Amino acid sequence: MSWIGKSPERKEDQRLIRGRGLFVDDKQSYGLLHLHLVRSPYAHAQILSIDVAAAEALPGVICTLTGAEVKDLMPESFMELGPEPAASIRDYPLAVGKAIFQGEPVAAVVAETPALAADGGALIEVDYDMLDAVVTAEQALEDKDILHESAGTNQTWQGVYEYGEVDKAFAEAATVVAIDRLHFHRFASTPVENNAVVAEWLPHGDLNFFCNNSFVGFAQQLLAPALGISVDQMHIKTHDIGGSFGNKISNYTQMAIAALASRKTGGRSVKWVETRTEHLLSSGHGNERTFLDTEVALDKNGVITAVRSRHIDDCGAYPRYEPLGCVIWSQVLPATYGVRNFRIDFSQAVTNKCPAVPNRGYSRMQHLWFMERIIDICAHELDIPADEMRLKNYITEFPYTTPNGCVYDSGNYPAMLEKAKELIGWDDWKKKQADARGEGRLLGIGIGTTLDSGTNNFGQARIMNPHLPFSGNSEVATIRIDLQGSVIVTLGSGPSGQSHETTASQVVAEELGISPDLVRVRSGFDTGWNTFVGHSGSYASQFAVTGLSAVHGACEKLKAEMRRLAAFILEASEEDLEFGIGDEGPQLSVKGTDQAVNYWYMGNLVNNDNAVLAGELGDVTLNIRHVYRPPFTVPDTERKYGNLTLTYAAQLHIAVIEIDRAFGHPKILAYAAVDDCGTVINPKIVGGQVHGATAHGIGAAIMEIFQYDETGNLLTSSFSDYCPITSMNMPDVQYGSIQTPSPFSYNGAKGMGEGGGAPLHTVSAAIQDALYGEGVIVRESHHSANSVFALLRDSDESTGVQVETRQ
Amino acid sequence: MSEVIEKVSIRITINGQSYRRKVEPRLLLVQFIREELGLTGTHVGCDVTYCGACTVLVDDKPTKSCTLLAVQADGCEILTVEGLEQDGELHPLQKAFSENHGLQCGYCTPGMLMSSMALLAEKPDPSPAEIRKGISGNLCRCTGYNNIIKSIQAAAREMAG
Repeated sequence: MSWIGKSPERKEDQRLIRGRGLFVDDKQSYGLLHLHLVRSPYAHAQILSIDVAAAEALPGVICTLTGAEVKDLMPESFMELGPEPAASIRDYPLAVGKAIFQGEPVAAVVAETPALAADGGALIEVDYDMLDAVVTAEQALEDKDILHESAGTNQTWQGVYEYGEVDKAFAEAATVVAIDRLHFHRFASTPVENNAVVAEWLPHGDLNFFCNNSFVGFAQQLLAPALGISVDQMHIKTHDIGGSFGNKISNYTQMAIAALASRKTGGRSVKWVETRTEHLLSSGHGNERTFLDTEVALDKNGVITAVRSRHIDDCGAYPRYEPLGCVIWSQVLPATYGVRNFRIDFSQAVTNKCPAVPNRGYSRMQHLWFMERIIDICAHELDIPADEMRLKNYITEFPYTTPNGCVYDSGNYPAMLEKAKELIGWDDWKKKQADARGEGRLLGIGIGTTLDSGTNNFGQARIMNPHLPFSGNSEVATIRIDLQGSVIVTLGSGPSGQSHETTASQVVAEELGISPDLVRVRSGFDTGWNTFVGHSGSYASQFAVTGLSAVHGACEKLKAEMRRLAAFILEASEEDLEFGIGDEGPQLSVKGTDQAVNYWYMGNLVNNDNAVLAGELGDVTLNIRHVYRPPFTVPDTERKYGNLTLTYAAQLHIAVIEIDRAFGHPKILAYAAVDDCGTVINPKIVGGQVHGATAHGIGAAIMEIFQYDETGNLLTSSFSDYCPITSMNMPDVQYGSIQTPSPFSYNGAKGMGEGGGAPLHTVSAAIQDALYGEGVIVRESHHSANSVFALLRDSDESTGVQVETRQ
Repeated sequence: MSEVIEKVSIRITINGQSYRRKVEPRLLLVQFIREELGLTGTHVGCDVTYCGACTVLVDDKPTKSCTLLAVQADGCEILTVEGLEQDGELHPLQKAFSENHGLQCGYCTPGMLMSSMALLAEKPDPSPAEIRKGISGNLCRCTGYNNIIKSIQAAAREMAG
């Protein structure tokens, strides 16, 4: 039987359902020490002095660390990805001289217990001189207050993306719609497990990390030079990770503090576990983006022919993974639409806020929301129904090369729209909406179409900085038959809930003609396995294509060895052999006979009993390491042109929302989500990812926001204020899928899991539709009762939208 | 803070096993369960009683163990996720969560299971609205809750026979 498209029991569940997972904070050992971080209460402040004497005198405190000390201990600050002047930014894991966001760590205490470490922290006295805070990217770009003197400017990147004949398209347009300002708010997916690490930097040089970093391939390249150690001296392990959603990519900064602290204690194990307030203040927020002076050209049929706009990204206090977000959005430049002419002036700035970090849908979601707002605003202004507007503009021929050279592999957006309409009961809701409007109620129906681009070409980093030595992509898997005949697989992905053990076992079972329960997939990530490359990690919808292609390639090599070995043992020809399960377990047999050799015999022969081979097959080890590399080339950095991603999964959501006129509260009455990620390996897991991404998007759209005041205080720094979505706010999702197999992956699958922020587009659209007739244009992505109420209250003010009709 | 804190003697029964320990009065119940006893299935996810990853049953009541001091639980009987499996047999809720993909990363799962236990003890046949309310104090970032609701419904059916 085939194991692709099935949902066998998840391997991960056996331990997790019993509470027997191994998360970082579960790690205990004799003599384990605990690290506490002292943080800046101010968003922008000179550090005049730090007095650690009282803390160090506290019994149980082993040592302290300050920024000045860390700067001396580290041969260099963390590598910056951006070109000059951003390359001159100095990023140390503890603030040096100046704190530039609220919650930035300024000192560390190591003690025998977590409570003693916190006690020690309370005894550290820091003298600050508060400075003016820069809290918006537009304000930052004025360069009145400079955050990083070494860079001399707050701008971290600027570039123009221009394709086609923009001015000509505007000259020939039947209608031009101008939108003064759109804004995508700051939020994050806030995994329930906070960041954590145990570090042990031994006196002879080896450094051991047990951590929950979700992109170790990247982290080790930042940690090694900053700590003055070789990559091979760092032994990095993960096991169970309690969600990441991209957020745990940047916890390498805290890994560095824990390492330096361990070194100062003479090599004892030091554990650091972040509190939730620390997480919300300082671990990383999704990118906030402002879209200014947008103009959209349309022909007389309502087809969009050109877009020009100015986009400003706010990356918070330190760029870290940024300014990559200044390029990554361009994987989905035209969204799902056939627009050929674009001019986007993109810039990014640092602000006195928490550093940005990749967050589910990273950088593409912001742009896709922008494109969906354009579609809906134009539809609204031209009085074209939102579904028709989309059908007029959707890309329908695949593979489709976008104006910037990306190749959309496959898709069928009209079919997704049709399916979503069926699921939600479109015609029924349209009737109910007409009735509601008759009664003066605010009921809206919104559509959101989005893309989830997977397996990215790291060469796009060179569009941002031509000097970066990154391109292509890769992932590793190993597979071996051990001396007892067991099938053992290791992965480079280090998952955080995405069921990689299960789906990898399905691919192996499919290839070897056995069942997933006969495949043992090691949990977590371990540099000791030799199963990693620089791209290894779980991020950017990598696994279904990059990770599973590595597993598949490893299986093919293993099968070739097994065929040669079995042919030798059975004195048969390789062509006559078949894989399967016999009376004595997994085996190779000679077709049409009872001759067979099982895995135990082959594993034992190679590992224990090799004289039987009489010197033959010396290269057969049944121990395979395979690296999958997608067929990418380096993009043209001058033209900002090239294929930036291998696969394009799509999602189409429809929401029905009623707004309470008195309080502004948006209530979701019905919700449908249709997914297309090509060939589905495991329907249950894909469905789980769709539901999870939908919850993140709905939470972000109606509840979650990192709100700062003008002095840079984070007003939502606890879960009680940030209010992540709960079971009370999450609607029932009517879920459906279509499958347009990707021609670019061996199995037709497309990377998925990020979901492209579909609910943000959809909720904005539904709220726009609900406020139809109120003279309101939705220009923000966050729709709490407060913000919707403000929209209604200010409905007599300018919408910020102007329409010029020429023909 | 520099003086030595006097420890207090407590006796707590967890998963049927009785423990006597001397603890600092400020030690949270969740720290006692995790760090003193090594029962690491009970997790910590926030500081403000919002996420529910630390939910255990204290004398059958679902309780966020980050919000109770260990000394307050003196003399109590506590059930944690490790106590759900009996004689090698998973609890119907554990099976149902696995079968209905009611967990992904598994970090919220122990707390979610314990809240579900309390819910089903009180309401053996809960409506979807009652289930939503029953787990409203438990945050899950992976599943979007729909499959958790299904899991609890399936377990309720199984437990009703």
